[in-house]
Amino acid sequence: MVRLPYVTALTTLFSYGLLFAFGQLRDFFRRILDVGKSNNLKGYAPICLGLEDFYTRRLYLRIQDCFGRPIASAPDAWFDVVERYSNDSNKTLHCTTKTSKCLNLGSYNYLGFAAADEYCTPHVIQSLKKYSASTCSVRVDGGNTKLHMELEELVARFVGKPAAIIFGMGYVTNSAIIPTLVGKGGLIISDSLNHNSIVNGARGSGASVQVFQHNNPAQLEDVLREQIAAGQHRTHRPWKKIIVIVEGIYSMEGELCKLPEIIAVCKKYKAYTYLDEAHSIGAVGKTGRGVCELLGVDPANIDIMMGTFTKSFGSCGGYIAASKEIIRHLKLTCPAHIYATSMSPPAVQQVISAIKVVLGEDGSNRGAKKLSQIRENSNFFRSELQKMGFEVLGDNDSPVMPIMLYNPAKIPAFSRECLRQHVAVVTVAFPATPLLLARARICISASHSREDLIKGLEVISKVGDLVGIKYFPVEHEKTTSLEKLKKLQ
Amino acid sequence: MKARSLPIRSSVLRCRVPVRICAEYLFQLPRWESLSSDILPSVPTPQAAPPPLTPLRSRRRVASLLSTISLPRKFALGHGHGIAVVFGVHIDGHLVVEGLLIVVIVFQLSRKSYKPPKKPLSEKEIDELCDEWEPEPLCPPIKEGARINTPMLESAAGPHTTIGGKEVVNFASANYLGLIGNEKIIDSCVGSLEKYGVGSCGPRGFYGTIDVHLDCEAKIAKFLGTPDSILYSYGISTIFSVIPAFCKKGDIIVADEGVHWAVQNGLHLSRSTVVYFKHNDMASLAHTLEKLTRGNKRAEKIRRYIVVESIYQNSGQIAPLDEIVRLKEKYRFRVILEESHSFGVLGRSGRGLAEHYGVPIDKIDIITAGMGNALATDGGFCTGSVRVVDHQRLSSSGYVFSASLPPYLATAAVSAVNYLEENPSVLANLRSNIALLHKELSDTPGLEISSHVLSPIIFLKLKKSTASTNTDLDLLETIAERILKEDSVFIVASKRSTLDKCKLPVGIRLFVSAGHTESDISKVSSSLKRVSASVLSDYI
Repeated sequence: MVRLPYVTALTTLFSYGLLFAFGQLRDFFRRILDVGKSNNLKGYAPICLGLEDFYTRRLYLRIQDCFGRPIASAPDAWFDVVERYSNDSNKTLHCTTKTSKCLNLGSYNYLGFAAADEYCTPHVIQSLKKYSASTCSVRVDGGNTKLHMELEELVARFVGKPAAIIFGMGYVTNSAIIPTLVGKGGLIISDSLNHNSIVNGARGSGASVQVFQHNNPAQLEDVLREQIAAGQHRTHRPWKKIIVIVEGIYSMEGELCKLPEIIAVCKKYKAYTYLDEAHSIGAVGKTGRGVCELLGVDPANIDIMMGTFTKSFGSCGGYIAASKEIIRHLKLTCPAHIYATSMSPPAVQQVISAIKVVLGEDGSNRGAKKLSQIRENSNFFRSELQKMGFEVLGDNDSPVMPIMLYNPAKIPAFSRECLRQHVAVVTVAFPATPLLLARARICISASHSREDLIKGLEVISKVGDLVGIKYFPVEHEKTTSLEKLKKLQ
Repeated sequence: MKARSLPIRSSVLRCRVPVRICAEYLFQLPRWESLSSDILPSVPTPQAAPPPLTPLRSRRRVASLLSTISLPRKFALGHGHGIAVVFGVHIDGHLVVEGLLIVVIVFQLSRKSYKPPKKPLSEKEIDELCDEWEPEPLCPPIKEGARINTPMLESAAGPHTTIGGKEVVNFASANYLGLIGNEKIIDSCVGSLEKYGVGSCGPRGFYGTIDVHLDCEAKIAKFLGTPDSILYSYGISTIFSVIPAFCKKGDIIVADEGVHWAVQNGLHLSRSTVVYFKHNDMASLAHTLEKLTRGNKRAEKIRRYIVVESIYQNSGQIAPLDEIVRLKEKYRFRVILEESHSFGVLGRSGRGLAEHYGVPIDKIDIITAGMGNALATDGGFCTGSVRVVDHQRLSSSGYVFSASLPPYLATAAVSAVNYLEENPSVLANLRSNIALLHKELSDTPGLEISSHVLSPIIFLKLKKSTASTNTDLDLLETIAERILKEDSVFIVASKRSTLDKCKLPVGIRLFVSAGHTESDISKVSSSLKRVSASVLSDYI
């Protein structure tokens, strides 16, 4: 959990206050300067009313160069970041033809399938030639190819569920599936830090939504007891069904879900469980089967297992794995299955090949190597960061490690300075995180070599000193271990 | 009142002495009439609250208290007339009574109203409730005869494809320009796959922006003549992210009742006030706009949108854009136009509905389209003014919170638009195919064409509906299945999700492609006529 120091909270609040005040001041002068000018809306209401876009205009635009940096190569361990410039103090950015080669600590390339792969790419190109880039049709019409069926079977086998269904986009998987499972009269109990796609899906379903404290099974139990006892709002009829939605690895926290405890609570109160493994499938567990394998939970205890192919498998799309009945129900009713263009066949092939590599069915042990590599890399990087005195969130084995920055000025400082030293990191601020808890997020990949990681650690340590984000005391004897390691190399 | 009086009295007895005396005084007025209220404050307050007293005991006690008070000289009791003189003022008995009444009223008003005490459920009761509660199954039982298995393609979904080892003519893929299997596009995709890999491994904000995405955005904007455009990673996510990005709670949206599910979902997620008008009926739209804006001063301050599809996927109708633009300018509404089935199809050079009607593109505020149809790739885009596009880059959930489009699909889109620019003749092929099929199917027994003559989706609905969507759909699917089995022609019925609120009739949809030959078209029409005559013999 985050331990926000009192002084830091004050300085952060002060910074935002200052930014807000100056923004208001600028808005005020803008209004005065615009008084004479006629507005060009011609009777239409403005696209953003009042303060709706204040944050974008006055805060985000100042540091927009830290986000959305274009790249000109595959998002592998090293990639080419396109350099940009601005002539109007960051309001608009223009790309140059120059690129700089940077260490990629930002992409979700957990298993290193992002770049061309010796096994996957030839298969993908073969499928592209056979099936073309698209089917131009939905799964229930002409969009159902042999590859789609093959992947559904493979995914079901991989995650350990009787059946599976695939979709062309991870976001849509969540937001279109939840409404088919629960509707009016049902209750969704969602972790407070769940992804936006789950929030949108829950909102679209028409069911009541309750939130429980992030990763807190005891509080979940309280909510469940309270809700079952109270029943539906106003009518007080018993709930039709209750679905508890959690994620395997929380992408902004790097934390593993307390799955065994949560499953136990859900079993006790007969609530259904929905596990979103967007970041964990393929990335954790001895054979890459996600948090269930890592935490020793039998997949049979989870009703709906959702995951994406975007991250570990270097493709696009998502899946739902569940019992045969549920999958049949989804195939008959899910709008994303009935109305959305089916997943692009080469992308399907990429997932099939990647899962085969992970399972060792490609005839090599590359999958096992990749899995042990990502575990070693993650744990090494995390422990080194902690020794340096950074406030690192998340659990061991998780390849996602947020470093707390807090103050808004430290966001661009950290991001720009790292980029200048050829390390590309992701910084995250409001609205993706709470206002006070801005952070940088490192995603480790199996394709990072030990030298890559050491180079990354050196730069982050240097920049961390410069920016002042080592909130904890440095453990001296242990930092030398990094130097020892370097000498060994 | 009875319920109220009880707690008052008991609290009177428990509380401070002067009040208690007041109350006693009220009840026993004749005996105490000569007592002035002015002396009451000087009664010493006992330190500890006395035990509850009966009225009689308390009266005695007050009397004894009073006997201990030595009145100051200024207070003098009147000469046996029951009048107190305070500072030379004669105070009548009724003044005292009224004063005390006021005190009592104030006291009553200052008390909280009586509420029966809440008894929260005990832990044991909650345990019992939890034990008793039985949830419904996660999914309802599946009906007998539900068609779950759809035909599986063993080769690319071009005009001719393979199903079950047999070559079939494919009218189920919206491959309007016949770009599936196009060598040039496949070659460009191979190059992209080798350079960038398959997935982008990140959202656009976090190193998921690849230079081909920017190229593709620029290409589409240039092709359509708009200032800027923005790419989404999936067709249906485009419109259901765009609508909530612009429309918030309190805004007004006027939408066609025939819009497809993704639009419906967007309308729902926006939480705006949604008013539907009759499907493709401009009189109904005008009436709705008039009703919403007439005499409504507040309407000018809030955002107002019209949401329409250019070619309705649920009916094959084309929206009359010239009329819509006239109405939108009259009533000052912004237009969100969904162009998934018209982009690359309508207009002299395939630039969509605006070109078809000769309407300047900047009159349409927001255009969205999925690229999974004419462009034969995947993903979607939204285009419009720089303000409209930039707003989405931070506010559109499907853009911000999703991994970006796989780069090879962006490359395919760029190549497809290039192909269309270089080969405008492909549109002429498509149009002649549509016209031919339209003509041939005009006398299909039991079915009638409800789509527009220019629509690449030829929509056939039942002449006589059975009044139940499910039975209708069952008939249509039977036709489609038999045509595939008997004549090796792949056509499909328009299936409906239970979440879809569209009320338009279901039908058979034929997706015409520029790649179809005349013999393909005559094959599908003769087959459709034969099978529908046999299946619908009872409904003609």
